[in-house]
Amino acid sequence: MNVDAPVVTPASPTAGAGRLKSRHLLGIAGLDAAEIALILDTAEAMKEIGTRPIKKVPALRGRTVVNLFFEPSTRTRTSFEIAEKRLSADTLSIATATSSVSKGETLIDTVRNLEAMSPDMIVMRHSSSGAPHLLSRVGRAAVINAGDGMHEHPTQALLDAFTIREHKGRLAGLRISIVGDLLHSRVLRSNVLLLNTMGADVCLCGPSTLMPPGVDRFGVKATSSIDEAVDGADVVMMLRIQQERMSGHFIPSLREYFALFGLTPERLRRAREDVIVMHPGPMNRGVEIDSEVADGPYSVILEQVSNGVAVRMAVLYLLAGHDSAEPIKA
Amino acid sequence: MKLLLKGGRVIDPGTGRDGELDVLVEDGRIALIDRNVAVDGAEVVELGKGWIVGPGLIDIHVHLREPGQEHKETIASGTAAAVAGGFTAVACMPNTDPVNDHAGITQFILKKAAEANRARVYPIGAVSLGSRGEQLAELSEQKSAGCVAFSDDGRPVATALLMRRALEYAGMLGIPIVDHCEDPSLKADGVAHEGYHASALGLRGIPGVAESLMVERDISLAELTGAHVHICHMSARQSLRAVRAGKDRGIRVTCEVAPHHFTLTDEALDGAIKYDTNLKMNPPLREAADRDAMLEGIADGTVDVIATDHAPHHADEKMVEFDRAPFGITGLETAVPLVFDRLVHAGRITAGRAIELLSTNAARVLNLPGGTLAAGSPADVVVIDPDRRVTVDAARHVSRSKNTPFHGWELRGAVALTVVGGRIVHRAAGV
Repeated sequence: MNVDAPVVTPASPTAGAGRLKSRHLLGIAGLDAAEIALILDTAEAMKEIGTRPIKKVPALRGRTVVNLFFEPSTRTRTSFEIAEKRLSADTLSIATATSSVSKGETLIDTVRNLEAMSPDMIVMRHSSSGAPHLLSRVGRAAVINAGDGMHEHPTQALLDAFTIREHKGRLAGLRISIVGDLLHSRVLRSNVLLLNTMGADVCLCGPSTLMPPGVDRFGVKATSSIDEAVDGADVVMMLRIQQERMSGHFIPSLREYFALFGLTPERLRRAREDVIVMHPGPMNRGVEIDSEVADGPYSVILEQVSNGVAVRMAVLYLLAGHDSAEPIKA
Repeated sequence: MKLLLKGGRVIDPGTGRDGELDVLVEDGRIALIDRNVAVDGAEVVELGKGWIVGPGLIDIHVHLREPGQEHKETIASGTAAAVAGGFTAVACMPNTDPVNDHAGITQFILKKAAEANRARVYPIGAVSLGSRGEQLAELSEQKSAGCVAFSDDGRPVATALLMRRALEYAGMLGIPIVDHCEDPSLKADGVAHEGYHASALGLRGIPGVAESLMVERDISLAELTGAHVHICHMSARQSLRAVRAGKDRGIRVTCEVAPHHFTLTDEALDGAIKYDTNLKMNPPLREAADRDAMLEGIADGTVDVIATDHAPHHADEKMVEFDRAPFGITGLETAVPLVFDRLVHAGRITAGRAIELLSTNAARVLNLPGGTLAAGSPADVVVIDPDRRVTVDAARHVSRSKNTPFHGWELRGAVALTVVGGRIVHRAAGV
């Protein structure tokens, strides 16, 4: 086994010596700017591991991490699995279809049974907002929220921030527009919290039917004009529109949605020259984003996916640090 | 058998009595209320100075869960919780399993209540068979069996046509329709008040107008039919406006507010325990403007009754994800402390108005006996020590369920004594 460890380069005064205050990552809510910077700085070191021929360090050797996915997920689950393996954790992934949940077991009982096998961390994806909070109150393991209902998806926001920082060198002062189904998006909520904390200038854009009630208290600008949102933007982040939204009368048709809110090359011209276009995936080409934009020179969508592994490694490593993981410095 | 309550302050809004008076109970009835009553052979209970002696409290919105959901509550445990909370009578909602849509079920409930022999129980029958909103239940037979009102509580009376007919028919019988107002399409799969906090927590919202829209419909239908509609657990400021306007126009509409809706707001969901399912009820905790409107309506007389919507659920049922948890919290044992602490001591209403909201008006709205200390009436009496400080302890609640968001709250005002039919059925420590 390759035992070379990454070197954490302290890009901020808190890095290296830093710690996260909570032993769980339930959301971006509760993280301060220094903690976010610490995760992003740590992720830089983690990213380097992914460039090595042997992509593995022993930081989480002997730790057991359970990936508990109550909702289908390919990207997030595999990203966590790879991150865990690169840190040498013992991992186990459980999806609802193969668990007792389909037999009517409650979340609490599922978790208690898992806990009887002493996992150190549980990475959970769940369709109910607040499910990780419930888990963190009843269990002993550290909980990482891999997406809960319409609430938060903190590691997605962290990998988005990491990607933005790689391109722009900073987050503060950037004009970042988030366009799409704002109402149902956990990615949106985590991003708003993170970007506000880091001093970015956030603009939300979507149809009035998909605007979260009380958005005026989110501390962001909100508009239903995509031209206004894209105008002068440093970053344009597109959110997925789900087919089901038509049945709730949120939008008349995907066709009309694309006409009003789809990101086309023409619309993107209003943005800054060095704009980057992001999407948390999975994309609906021709619904929220034109293929020409998704695959074009401004798109960093696949970089987001790569960075996801590094960011998740950082989160796992820092949370494990609460129980004194092996030092990651050489 | 004689009982003498000595040294308290009698407040009886029904007779307009308010003063330091003794109450003599004889053979289960109020015999005499006067200064310095002295009788031989009576059991004397010496009351503290300033303790309020009022007509027994009546909670017109309670879920006793029996038949069918005895793991949550039984008629025995629910009526024991009632008397512990100062309530000498409760009206129980029909959403049991099976739904109370037949005289046989009403008779069963009354039989169980008689066996329990705690608080009086007044069943509320279903408006429609199975509360399915399709066919009227046999309201007249239900009235004969003992139902005092009709409601499809838990579900609104879905169509305007059924509501119209129900009002007309119940009006003929001289009985009110009690409606849980909520537009099903606007409520959809909502679990919390629609607004900033639900948005931030990623919870599906229920707007206030989902309630007020149906309140407005019901008021219009009450006007059309001339019948009496009573609005359940009102929570939205728009509903209060509608009721106020309806009353101004002389329409027969009355309404109730639950203690949690004048105490808490949706902000609590984002409090120390996030996603606490003991903060999930329907209608949901609304925003500050709505809570303030309820307080205003309670103070200015628009609100007729404070009713708890006591909705016991087993701990296992509540120990789940927020959106999967059942709606509802217990209320019988926290109502008096909340009313006195939040309303009376806060200077919003007088103690007399509190008794009116919890007893006098409750009896009037459902045409119940009780709610009065007039000589000769059944001796249902509550004694409240308005200054007694209590710390709410769910574990010590008499109700079979412990789903209260007020656990650990320190409140001023508590029940000292509950008397039903001249018999002391609850006595607080040290009384």
